[in-house]
Amino acid sequence: MYNKEMLESIKKVEAKRADNAVLEPRRMTADEKDTLLATYHPDYKQNEFAVLQIGANKGEKVPTELAALLQANSRIRPDSVDLEKVDYDVDVLVIGGGGAGSSAAIEAHNGGANVMIVTKLRIGDANTMMAEGGIQAADKPNDSPAVHYLDAFGGGHFAAKPELLYKLVSEAPDAIKWLSGLGVEFDKAPDGTMITTHGGGTSRKRMHAAKDYSGAEIMRTLRDEVLNRGIPVVDFTAAIELILDENGRAAGAVLMNMETRELLVARAKTVIIATGGAGRLHYQGFPTSNHYGATADGLVLGYRAGAKLLYADTLQYHPTGAAYPEQIFGALVTEKVRSLGAKLINCDGEAFMHPLETRDVAAASIIRECSDRGKGVHTDDGIGVWLDTPMIELKNGEGTIEKRIPAMLRMFAKYGIDIRKEPILVYPTLHYQNGGLDIRPDCMTTQVENLYVAGEAVGGIHGRNRLMGNSLLDIIVFGRDAGKAASAHYKDVTVGKLTLAHITRFAEEMKAAGISTDMVSPKLLPTYTHGNPNLTEKAF
Amino acid sequence: MENMVSIYLYGKKYEVPSNLTIMGAMEYAGYQLVRGCGCRNGFCGACATIYRIKGDRELKVCLACQTKVEDNMYIATLPFFPLVKEVYDIEKIKPTEQIMMQLYPEIYACIGCNACTKACTQGLNVMQYIAYAQRGEYEKCAEESFDCVMCGVCSSRCPAGISHPQVALLARRLNGKYLAPACGHLEDRVREIENGDFKELLEGLMQKPISEMKELYNNREIEK
Repeated sequence: MYNKEMLESIKKVEAKRADNAVLEPRRMTADEKDTLLATYHPDYKQNEFAVLQIGANKGEKVPTELAALLQANSRIRPDSVDLEKVDYDVDVLVIGGGGAGSSAAIEAHNGGANVMIVTKLRIGDANTMMAEGGIQAADKPNDSPAVHYLDAFGGGHFAAKPELLYKLVSEAPDAIKWLSGLGVEFDKAPDGTMITTHGGGTSRKRMHAAKDYSGAEIMRTLRDEVLNRGIPVVDFTAAIELILDENGRAAGAVLMNMETRELLVARAKTVIIATGGAGRLHYQGFPTSNHYGATADGLVLGYRAGAKLLYADTLQYHPTGAAYPEQIFGALVTEKVRSLGAKLINCDGEAFMHPLETRDVAAASIIRECSDRGKGVHTDDGIGVWLDTPMIELKNGEGTIEKRIPAMLRMFAKYGIDIRKEPILVYPTLHYQNGGLDIRPDCMTTQVENLYVAGEAVGGIHGRNRLMGNSLLDIIVFGRDAGKAASAHYKDVTVGKLTLAHITRFAEEMKAAGISTDMVSPKLLPTYTHGNPNLTEKAF
Repeated sequence: MENMVSIYLYGKKYEVPSNLTIMGAMEYAGYQLVRGCGCRNGFCGACATIYRIKGDRELKVCLACQTKVEDNMYIATLPFFPLVKEVYDIEKIKPTEQIMMQLYPEIYACIGCNACTKACTQGLNVMQYIAYAQRGEYEKCAEESFDCVMCGVCSSRCPAGISHPQVALLARRLNGKYLAPACGHLEDRVREIENGDFKELLEGLMQKPISEMKELYNNREIEK
């Protein structure tokens, strides 16, 4: 399976495995990390960013691909949609059927609201389903929410909004309890003690997991619960614009059937954006670990309605995306592989860094190894470094891999690689949108009333980098909170006359700023042609 | 340059590079997928696919995102399968044998043909986990079925009309909620937080200047 250069390199990895396994590489100092990031992290490549010319974040920089979508044309002509013809009329409209949206819907239902989920694919088609490694919560005696706070705040470069991070860490144990109560299985010892591990940048072992299907286990349970409660799920239907009322408050959304293109109107007293991330925009040409639908739709919808973004210029590149074989290029190799003891090794068999630095630092370090240091391993059309998975069983005994990371074992076995015996090749992959819409502690956006946000579409919870296991946590904590807040608030809301005037206004601002483009947004889905010379984007 | 192979999408022939997955090959052929494509990484079960290699009698199943094309592959996707999903109140049901009899009685009509196991895209022993469910052994059923992505191919092959993924999901929820040992340290911590034990400490951190937070962070003790 591996080519000649790779096999040669593997021999060096094997020769040094026993020594590397017991080695505890030095952690970098704060200054070393700063220099490394500024030199090698993709967020610091100035020419990959554009300055927004209109909207609430005018004058700020965001990735070029995101700027193009934020400053693009609507998919509808505002005057062509009849807002008097209401197809759905609800108290709480949840846009997005992932972990955050489902949690929000369940809590809104608990709060007595008439709640509906609308999702452009199926409920559960979300990054939540693909989260492998685990979920953080400071619930062990040697740990505390304050230690969790410090880990996350420092790991995020001291940029998180303190009031949001406070909620994340102090509601974490209750989130685990809530999930357990719904029947989510966690890895436990026979006496009920949670089996927890480190993640990059954690100072206590607080990563709870369900093997390496942690997100899938959570998502399938939440989905089942939504269905048990009879909460309506309108699937294969995308929200393509928010609707405001005459007082400028969020009051619903224009929906589009993804298969028939039929337009529908949903009126709502409150709206929750839970649309997830943006990996499928492939910033800077990176592959992604994300779901097919991760195209930043919620950011586009919110921005056009006047909501503000926070830290939209910072993305997370997961250090260990699969670099080989090409069929799974960019797929996530969970950080749990390193939590369990596998180290990052260069072409000469050297453990070049501590395996549990934060993700941004680890990604930058791998990029440095593969570029200036010339210590990467070449594949037929790419490069990477080794993640020495056989170390796991050397340290923890035979059978550990099958028991703790069965999905990884299966993913590589399909291509003839036995990760118990051979190392795997990894390179950073676009993984997470650190930034998003700016919210208050009750999840309502700072600029648009009655518009709530939860999950990856939020900015500010993690600052400028997120720790492993804090995203599965934030979708549950803020998903639940958004659902509770919306279902408490809708009772006081009287919806005024519906309007799409903000769409017209945004188009006028674009014109005034001299922006002329063929592009429409939200993007909804990416288009792939895999190099077919007979197909161009225009053919669609 | 690239090696090309012939594949048949719903019977229509296309020439595609041999290194692509079935999902990639469909996109190479010009499909803009809406159905039958989800996580693209083998976790969501959206892209269940049935195929037969020309000249071969055996029907095979797979996930389109996890399987490379082969020459003369006849491909049909199964983006949706009408599984039976019974609704229940997780707070009210009990992890007894009766609940399966009540919600999914068809599992007792299993004829032991093992078509479900042969069809599993994850290589699970599906018939075995159904046997555990029949006997009310939910912990075993949960463990055996844990890697299920609910693609539904097993059910599409079942002569007894069993909705295996839904049976397994019920067993896992029963196990997670009622059978798995309770977690004492979690209960304790939730109580402490409700009691406001960490409030002052956290509020203190929130008010500290960044310079002091950096000092604390850079010198914090890391558990081995």
